[in-house]
Amino acid sequence: MTVVDRTARAAAVATGRAAGRPPAARDNLMSYGLISGYAVLTLAFGLLPALYAVYLAFTDATGGFAGLANFSKVVGDFRFWPAVSHVALYLVIWLVALVALVTVLAIVVHAIRVRWLSRTLRLVFYLPGALAGASSVLLWLFVLDPTASPVGGLLRLLGFESFVQVIVPGNLPVIFAIIAFWTGAGGWIVIMYGALNNISAEVIEAARVDGANAVQIAWRIQLPMLRKWISYMAIMSLAAGTQLFVEPQLLSQASNAVVPNDYSLNQLAYQYAFQQNDFNAAAAISLLLLVVALALSAVFVTRGGLFERE
Amino acid sequence: MTSVPTGSAAAHRPGVSGWSGRAVVTVLVAVFVLFFAVPIVWLLLATTKSARDLSVGHPFAAGSAGELSTNWSQLFGFQDGAVTTWMTNSAVYAVGALVVTLVVSIPAGYALALTRFRLRRLLLVLTLIVMLIPNTALVLPIFLELNAVGLIGSPLSVILPMSFFPFGVYLTYIYFSTSIPRDLLAAARIDGCREIQVFTRIALPLAAPIVALVAFFGFVQNWNNFFLPFVMLPSSDGYPVQVGLTSLLASTPAFNPSSAGGQSVQLPTLALATVVSVLPVLIVFLVSQRFLVAGMTAGGTKE
Repeated sequence: MTVVDRTARAAAVATGRAAGRPPAARDNLMSYGLISGYAVLTLAFGLLPALYAVYLAFTDATGGFAGLANFSKVVGDFRFWPAVSHVALYLVIWLVALVALVTVLAIVVHAIRVRWLSRTLRLVFYLPGALAGASSVLLWLFVLDPTASPVGGLLRLLGFESFVQVIVPGNLPVIFAIIAFWTGAGGWIVIMYGALNNISAEVIEAARVDGANAVQIAWRIQLPMLRKWISYMAIMSLAAGTQLFVEPQLLSQASNAVVPNDYSLNQLAYQYAFQQNDFNAAAAISLLLLVVALALSAVFVTRGGLFERE
Repeated sequence: MTSVPTGSAAAHRPGVSGWSGRAVVTVLVAVFVLFFAVPIVWLLLATTKSARDLSVGHPFAAGSAGELSTNWSQLFGFQDGAVTTWMTNSAVYAVGALVVTLVVSIPAGYALALTRFRLRRLLLVLTLIVMLIPNTALVLPIFLELNAVGLIGSPLSVILPMSFFPFGVYLTYIYFSTSIPRDLLAAARIDGCREIQVFTRIALPLAAPIVALVAFFGFVQNWNNFFLPFVMLPSSDGYPVQVGLTSLLASTPAFNPSSAGGQSVQLPTLALATVVSVLPVLIVFLVSQRFLVAGMTAGGTKE
């Protein structure tokens, strides 16, 4: 801003009141006041940590430029690719289940005409969302332990006699997917339900008059109109899923390390930071995960539509 | 924010007709009701049983109030009342961060929606981006940053990062840009309101619904946050209850055989800990269920 510019603004402030309209400079000053707290937080806990992680990822312990050495170290780590494949497998199972089941359940609940029933179902589906994080994992430890489980009979039917048999590595992606689905699906069902309510009644009515049955209406009208929300859900869940941490961390603890404590990428980053005191390598992994998350969110921000208000 | 018509559409919904169609739908719904509800019901019942009842009794038989109180005293006696400390910590962190979030986000959302200033566009885009990335993605970078300035272990290392809540700013931004008639603000200016008074006297009193919504999401997210406090707080005295649960888990012989000893935790006590750890959130959920279950489209916009 030039000096002239600044003077002009000061003058505008001085004459502002008489003009009746909000003068630009005064407006500006107040805006900065209102936004300042949030701007500071964005800087401190959004931008700066990301930039600091970039700095650490490209330097060594002494602060010298390291090029891609940290990245090649973590990617070359024998634990890295197993962790990637664990997370990938979990994501595939979870996303397929989420997209298919949430869509079907939302359409079914939406089709129920008895209002109290539809309302109660939504509440039952949604309530597990209150048990996020460690609490839901703890609950599922009980459910998966055949000696305590409410569905112990079912587990034995499937051939599991003990907790250790249930949590063999091959089962873990499915188990984590079930836990994530149990906690998170209800919220999405409620969101999809809201989106279904936004489909105009005339369209549905017209389809019915033309002889479409419920399945055809769901397939030809409701599903295409939900597509935006479904892809939103898939992208958000994909981004969140790459962060897998609390489930394997608690399971590792509960199983006396039958489940390794470097099962997921975030756990590996945690190991680097806290067991090996290698902040540079930890920053490199965090940065890789952050880039994935940023790329996914950028898809949404740039493709727009959902978030544009102007 | 958009509101969703829930009642009027009911008559036009595609109903499921035909005997087989109904049967399939009924079975599907029943299976998922059981899937979602059984673990919670079982958990509540488990808190009223003794360890023996839990493993040999019927899973859905209720225990007794006496056992509940035994479990209760075992839980709150754990490590000389550690659970009370953790619950207090959780409350301090969640409420403290929420207060900062509200004080900062509501004016920010107003400024972004109804005023013009430099960098506004940039801040808006940053808000959307950070809102869409999972909040765990920045935890280790924030740890590294706060470690560099020596804040690790302080309550502020949890409260400040949690209070940065772009989703809350986004909700407020949407609310102020769609639900407040600009004529109303213009009228206030003509009546001689200064700009700041337009915010404090006109916009703020109209913001009650959005304050409630941001408070709901903020509180629930703060209370359930695990990774951030897990990384930031090295000592048990500072744990929130979500992290404290790991200590309880480590002392439960059923899951960790090496922990048998004086301070060991029985399964029903661990079940009670799980219930206690989510009780505040569960209460908030039940109290706000009217607006939540009606169709939570607040995160997006109407077609």
